[in-house]
Amino acid sequence: MNVLLWVVYPYLAIAIMVGGLIWRYRYDKFGWTTRSSQLYESAVLRWGSPMFHFGILMVLIGHVGGLLVPKSWTEAVGITEHTYHLMAVFIGTVAGFCTLIGMAILIARRRLTGPVFAATTKNDKAMYAVLAAVIVIGLWSTLRANVVGDGYDYRETISPWFRSLFYLSPDPEIMAGVPVGFQIHIVSAFALFAFWPFTRLVHAFSAPVGYLTRPYVPYRSRDTRPGLRPARPGWEGPPTAPSAQHKPRRTRR
Amino acid sequence: MRVMAQMAMVMNLDKCIGCHTCSVTCKQAWTNRSGVEYVWFNNVESRPGQGYPRTYEDQQQWQGGWVRTRSGRLKPRSGGRVKKLFSIFANPKLPSMQDYYEPWTYDYEHLLTAPAGGDIPVARPKSLLTGADTKIRWSANWDDSLAGGNEIAAGDPVLRQVSDRVREEYENAFLFFLPRICEHCLNPSCAASCPSGAIYKRSEDGIVLVDQDRCRGWRMCVTGCPYKKVYFNHRTGKAEKCTFCFPRIEIGQPTICSETCVGRLRYLGLMLYDADAVAAAAAVKDEHDLYAAQRSVFLDPHDPAVVAAARQADIPDDWIEAAQRSPIWDLIMRYEVALPLHPEYRTMPMVWYIPPLSPVVDVLRDTGHDGEDMGNLFGAVDALRIPLEYLAGLFTAGDTAPVRAVLNRLAAMRAYQRRINLGEPRDESIAAAVGMTGAQMDDMYRLLAIAKYDERYVIPAAHAEDAHRLEQLGTECSLDYEGGPGMGGGGPYGQGPFGESSGTPAPIQVETFHMLRERQTSDSFTDPGDEPRRVNLLNWDGKGRPAGLFPPRRDTSTGGAGIDEPGVIDTDGSAR
Ligand code: SF4
Ligand code: SF4
Repeated sequence: MNVLLWVVYPYLAIAIMVGGLIWRYRYDKFGWTTRSSQLYESAVLRWGSPMFHFGILMVLIGHVGGLLVPKSWTEAVGITEHTYHLMAVFIGTVAGFCTLIGMAILIARRRLTGPVFAATTKNDKAMYAVLAAVIVIGLWSTLRANVVGDGYDYRETISPWFRSLFYLSPDPEIMAGVPVGFQIHIVSAFALFAFWPFTRLVHAFSAPVGYLTRPYVPYRSRDTRPGLRPARPGWEGPPTAPSAQHKPRRTRR
Repeated sequence: MRVMAQMAMVMNLDKCIGCHTCSVTCKQAWTNRSGVEYVWFNNVESRPGQGYPRTYEDQQQWQGGWVRTRSGRLKPRSGGRVKKLFSIFANPKLPSMQDYYEPWTYDYEHLLTAPAGGDIPVARPKSLLTGADTKIRWSANWDDSLAGGNEIAAGDPVLRQVSDRVREEYENAFLFFLPRICEHCLNPSCAASCPSGAIYKRSEDGIVLVDQDRCRGWRMCVTGCPYKKVYFNHRTGKAEKCTFCFPRIEIGQPTICSETCVGRLRYLGLMLYDADAVAAAAAVKDEHDLYAAQRSVFLDPHDPAVVAAARQADIPDDWIEAAQRSPIWDLIMRYEVALPLHPEYRTMPMVWYIPPLSPVVDVLRDTGHDGEDMGNLFGAVDALRIPLEYLAGLFTAGDTAPVRAVLNRLAAMRAYQRRINLGEPRDESIAAAVGMTGAQMDDMYRLLAIAKYDERYVIPAAHAEDAHRLEQLGTECSLDYEGGPGMGGGGPYGQGPFGESSGTPAPIQVETFHMLRERQTSDSFTDPGDEPRRVNLLNWDGKGRPAGLFPPRRDTSTGGAGIDEPGVIDTDGSAR
């Protein structure tokens, strides 16, 4: 059971995610979008969306720090477990609530604004359920461990296990002793990863960081695909007769 | 010098009768789908008026275009790259649906299905966003021909800028129509605002396009474009904009809006320009200099040095020749009667306008003066401050001198040609008064008044080796593309797995096929999956009836359905 849950399942989820992303990118570039509903409703979105997104970005950074950076490294630079813990719990809780409140606003908006609700697909609804579950359970188990209990040092257990996934030598035994709340959080998170490529969440993978460095106006040569039909993968169209006047153009800039 | 070619348009506003034919045919060709019901790539605004989306010209509010920074460089008015990325989760300056208008349809079904009763059934307006009953409060041309009067027209941002005397003088109101499409700018701020780099300028012909496969729906381009000519498709979640009908342009046909323009007032042609000079020209300090600055980046296609540089830059010879015959070059550079729309946005727009003399002529006529006498016209151009300043607010960033010069030329042409019409001798002094010769007057008159199709539209086709593919693959089966009906796929028809229209987009000719086959099979009025039934005018050459626009003619000799059978509507008035 442990092996199934903490070895097979995570790898399966990651495989589905990676495979799904590749497949979707190839099959459905046209559907790869935020599907923003701001055109329908802007006033509430202006509060909810930045709250949620900035919150979740902070949560992401926190997770990367907590899961990928070994405890020995932070201790080596002089951050004691206590300081780290205080910091993580404090920032994490703020970010978590930011995310939670933002999400609550967004979901309420989605349900209550006519046009936005009309544009919500079944896929969206399922995605919201999974996403909300992951966030709520994560936040709840952290709070419970720290407020009711006297803190839980996941960096002794979950983090090494998580890293061991990447070394390809996963150690399911460590996970067996982890509190149930965290276990559910992790299982549901991997479910979310597997679901990810098939939802609108894919837009997270096209975060436009390249914008910061590219020139303002891109130039491109006229499409070389044959006509207005989509190119078939692996087939570049019929050979074209060479011609003196039609040299291939360079794409400028 | 880096020579590039640009397809450009000039519209002669004196001839626009505000019939909206261009808008309707454009819509039929490009935006007759759900998600873009509210979108008009071509719209015709009444000026003075608020425009579409309303008050889009108020850049204090909408933050479109570029601003010159203190260091003399340009940056998007809505903020540079970092600021854009930070506001990506909720664009603070996105016009809402209400600023355009909420699209609607009518419950026609009810007219047929209402039970017999005392009242005549009515088709209620239904929102296309929610399907619920709605009230129609605004549309793309709600204030058409000054409807709504002073109240709405006073919201015109250009008018507000011009003068506060306007209210008193409103009795002397003037009216003209301003058809607008995307400007296919030399310095497009839509492209500059796109975080994904999906909007690009084609290096061959300068047409600005959105790559539908790379757009991620960040909707910054909508804010970035000061003309508000990028639209967000609220169903596919992608930006769409005027394409300059590139599939037609590539085979040498004019755009749909030009093809169908009733006033025959649109001109299409190439302009050669120096791409290296654009950035500096767009960043000149004084807004009043922008008109001259933009003219300075255009290259004379008759100049041998320019021709040599153009060849160097891989521009084919027939394109250079087309640039030499370009009516756009003549109207902008030779006769100097065309002006850019809102050069102060610093995007270097490439759809130019010949400002209308008609507000001036109308006033003269209404006050009993001779509207074709040069002295009267010249005097009136100066005396009628409001039309003059208003036009300057549109076309020259408020500088009245170039507008006055253009109007004087048009007035001189009018007076000069009248003499000819009346059989009087030509009067060179009239031409000389506006710095032209009589022969130039004649040429300009010819181009403005009687130019034929192939003089108004000088469009070099893409090359012969491309013709096969550009002719929509007429010799291949167009239905066996991947996911298409020939391959047994569902593809983008109906609901894709990830929301509307996911999957690969369908080639245009396949859409037409589906449309023809299925367009009249659905009864519902809000139908997101209406793609298969749309009529596409993109391939229409202006002759005969576009396929699918009208139901097939019913042949009476074969009997046909009785008059009382439901659902048969005779729209083309054919003999029955
Ligand atoms: S007018 Fe067209 S090319 Fe210019 S900024 Fe707007 S959308 Fe872009
Ligand atoms: S079709 Fe021509 S005349 Fe009619 S509104 Fe359009 S531009 Fe004006």
